[in-house]
Amino acid sequence: MKRWLPFEWIAAIRFLLEGKLQSIFIIVGISIGVGVIVFMSAMLTGLQSNFIKRVLTSQAHIQILPPDQLARPQRHGPQEVEDPIIQRPSQRLVSIDQWQKIRRQLETMPEIAVVAPTAAGSALAKRGDASRAITLNGVEPENYFLVVRVPDYLVQGQARLLSDDILIGIDLAKDLGATVGDKLNVTTSSGGERILTIIGLLDFGNKGANSRSTFVSLRTAQSLLGMLGGVATIDLSLKDIYAAEDIAKNIQSSNDVIADSWIKTNAQFFTAIRAQNLTNMLIRVFVGLSVAFGIAAVLVVSVIQRSRDIGILRAMGTSRGQIMRLFLIQGGVLGFFGSLIGSALGGFALLYWHATARQADGTELFPLIIDYHLFLWTAVLASFTGLLAAMAPAVRAAKLDPVVAIRG
Amino acid sequence: MANSILTLTKINKVYNPGEPSEVAVLHDIDMEMKRGEFVAIMGPSGSGKSTLLNIIGLLDRPTSGSLTINGQDTGGLKDAEITHLRGHKIGFVFQYHYLISAFTALENVMMPMLVDHGFQTEQAEARANELIRRVGLTHVAHHRSNDMSGGQQQRVAIARGLAMNPDILLADEPTGNLDTESTKSIFELMREVNRTSGTSILLITHNHDLGRQCDRIIQVVDGRIVT
Repeated sequence: MKRWLPFEWIAAIRFLLEGKLQSIFIIVGISIGVGVIVFMSAMLTGLQSNFIKRVLTSQAHIQILPPDQLARPQRHGPQEVEDPIIQRPSQRLVSIDQWQKIRRQLETMPEIAVVAPTAAGSALAKRGDASRAITLNGVEPENYFLVVRVPDYLVQGQARLLSDDILIGIDLAKDLGATVGDKLNVTTSSGGERILTIIGLLDFGNKGANSRSTFVSLRTAQSLLGMLGGVATIDLSLKDIYAAEDIAKNIQSSNDVIADSWIKTNAQFFTAIRAQNLTNMLIRVFVGLSVAFGIAAVLVVSVIQRSRDIGILRAMGTSRGQIMRLFLIQGGVLGFFGSLIGSALGGFALLYWHATARQADGTELFPLIIDYHLFLWTAVLASFTGLLAAMAPAVRAAKLDPVVAIRG
Repeated sequence: MANSILTLTKINKVYNPGEPSEVAVLHDIDMEMKRGEFVAIMGPSGSGKSTLLNIIGLLDRPTSGSLTINGQDTGGLKDAEITHLRGHKIGFVFQYHYLISAFTALENVMMPMLVDHGFQTEQAEARANELIRRVGLTHVAHHRSNDMSGGQQQRVAIARGLAMNPDILLADEPTGNLDTESTKSIFELMREVNRTSGTSILLITHNHDLGRQCDRIIQVVDGRIVT
């Protein structure tokens, strides 16, 4: 017996060791439960981070737009409207009012990681006899490329935006018969015209985007679109992507702008993620419950088997509290060891699955994210579950009448 | 009275009072035991001997009457105080040894001290070793209780009963399951403990030979003391 261990711990561990088969069975049960939780959580985290990476590195987490332009009814006096039919006005390309001030304000918000103003509009790209309608995105590369990872999609050339540079999609390049180093004539409806040099080709994995999207420097776009010094949108990247909706509402309420979060613009995708998280949580809860009931069942039986021991311990002056702790500790110890083995099982299953499961193109199905927090939390939770599960048997043991217990 | 280790006054015990299954087990038991006395309780099965012993050992509470142990009235004591008193003043030896099979002989002897102290101490270890030696089991001190003979197990149980140096040792037919030889040696061990340590011993037995060797015999019949 160890000198530094309190009585309850010594007795709890001896009892568990003596009922070896029971202890082994329940630990195997707990391990399987914990293994499933660890495996599922880690795999889902990996899959989701993959999806999220795909969705969120190609768009802003929050996009700030100028408010819709509205026509207001002309009024003569109170209750008197000159012309009751209001047409929705055409939406001119206008700059966000006082965007510099809004930008400074956004940059001070701790939840926001990157603020990237952009000037975007439609234009016509001409080369020789061919011309194509394009979307001109004027950006500050040092900021914008952190919001949308344009360089990740680069297949040729370089991701650089000086005043005469333009990055175009590969399908647009094909249509215009152009490649890196060729010149394009870009004109806009506001009369802007400029010769730009193709500096790089992009492949977004989407034909629509590949034949329309282009990127130029912010100043170039501003002058081409006739919005000198103005920006059409401010794109934001956030530290916590799930807070996007709240932050967007917050921004919209304090400024005269529209703030669209990725959650709103990708509602379907977000619902899917939420459903996945909910399913994951439900599975965890129910696996946890079945583990808890397993522990409780084993301990209830153990209390009955040990009722004589309990009786004799009580006769020699063991308090009810000590007896209760003795059984609580057994539950906690079972949960803890089960979680250790289960974490190892889950970890191995994850490694194996990661090594064997491949996507159609041979790339990994999900990135291997082994977060030690997950294991730590699982161990803490499993021990706590064990404690909770041991509650009823422990109370029962503590309440045993020593006379009845000894009589058997 | 100062010389009494135990005083029972008008102790009654009724099981399931007020129900159809009501059984009165003890009737107005008056009893006194002097410090250092070795008393035998004898009587037929079902006469209430064990119930009486359980009440004296504070495992059970009487329905009415008062019980004074070592000058302390136990009537108004709370559960925790009862547990403490039981741990410090009273030692038990039962008919079945009731050693805890998960522990060795030595550890079983140490158990009451461990329970009391919370941790294992050097003194507890020394005392357990001394007790094991005294009951002549040094050679099996580290055996599990299941690997010992009935007589050896009962010796361990007596050593355990003495661990806290109790004022009174309560023995409920400790020799009931033993052969004549073991019975004799167990009784001699108790007699020796009684003489050398002055521990009062209350022994339930069916064995008239043993009864006669005690200082006094209390006969219990149908829940009443007859002699």
